Amino acid sequence: MSEQKIDGFELKPGFKGMASDTGSDQTMFKGVHWGKAMMWIFLLSDTFVFSCFLISYMKGRGSTIVDWPNTSEVFSLYVGGVPVPLLLIAIMTFVLITSSGTMALAVKYGYEKNRKMCGWLILATALGGLTFVGMQVFEWSKLIHEGVRPWGNPFGAAQFGSFFFMITGFHGFHVSIGVIFLFIYTYKVFAGHYESKKRGWFTKMKGDYVEIEILGLYWHFVDLVWVFIFAFFYLW
Amino acid sequence: MEETNKMEEPNKQEEQTSTQKIGIYLWIWGLLFVLSFFSYMVDWYQFQGMLRWSLILFFMFLKAGLIMAFFMHLFWERYALVNVLLWPMTAIACFIFLMNAEFQYTLFSRFFYFVVGGA
Repeated sequence: MSEQKIDGFELKPGFKGMASDTGSDQTMFKGVHWGKAMMWIFLLSDTFVFSCFLISYMKGRGSTIVDWPNTSEVFSLYVGGVPVPLLLIAIMTFVLITSSGTMALAVKYGYEKNRKMCGWLILATALGGLTFVGMQVFEWSKLIHEGVRPWGNPFGAAQFGSFFFMITGFHGFHVSIGVIFLFIYTYKVFAGHYESKKRGWFTKMKGDYVEIEILGLYWHFVDLVWVFIFAFFYLW
Repeated sequence: MEETNKMEEPNKQEEQTSTQKIGIYLWIWGLLFVLSFFSYMVDWYQFQGMLRWSLILFFMFLKAGLIMAFFMHLFWERYALVNVLLWPMTAIACFIFLMNAEFQYTLFSRFFYFVVGGA
């Protein structure tokens, strides 16, 4: 959250505020940490990358004359001999949402300078992310065993495999990078880097709990992308 | 000079105290769980056609909106930031519209040349 009060400036709310912020011949994003603004710009560009993937998936799926594989059968798991549709994907979704929730709480406790609580919650987020990646590895290997390849598969349209591996792979890559950073920041929080005002990442500026919010933005974005992948790739 | 320093690093000078109550995060968390459960139920009960697609989109946009507004704090950000982030999305909407027309043309050509065998 941005500071709503800055000494010497009167910040107007709403669209009037937007007009005066933009036209102030100064920093446009008033009260927003530069790192947070940069993370948002990065996430915006990342949105375009994922949109391109999903739009090309729409185009590929829409233009094939062969039937698209039935995802609720392809991604079903057998529990006691009974196929449960999309079971693994549903569990993955809930794990990712859980980790998003713990991240949101970590940001809150970080701003309240509750170091221990913040650290534990980031660790929980990291473990949730790790669980997600692990289940994705299981899903990939299961599908590869069943003969799904980027150039063809036994279930239907040949394009299915390439879109599946590209989209979930790129998302899984984001999760993996996020998990690495979550572990790094778990260490940084527990080691008290934000109390001792140690230097932050790639900067001479002192570290601060706002970095946890920036990390949180990235992590929520990963969850956000999964919401769209879950809807368009698995459910549609 | 003093002023500009404060503009760029607002958290350096003053203690950051503006946090939300924990209840709002727990509420959103619970809502996300419920909405995910509902969107899973769409597949469970094998709804088909327009009902399926509209339900999927409805739950998807609701979840995305909740995450962006509350978990990513956009609800509390200044409009200068929010609008810079949201307006570029209209370009994506245009792209979807264009590619929608494109895939229908491709599908038509494939049927025409592969299935019908051309004119």
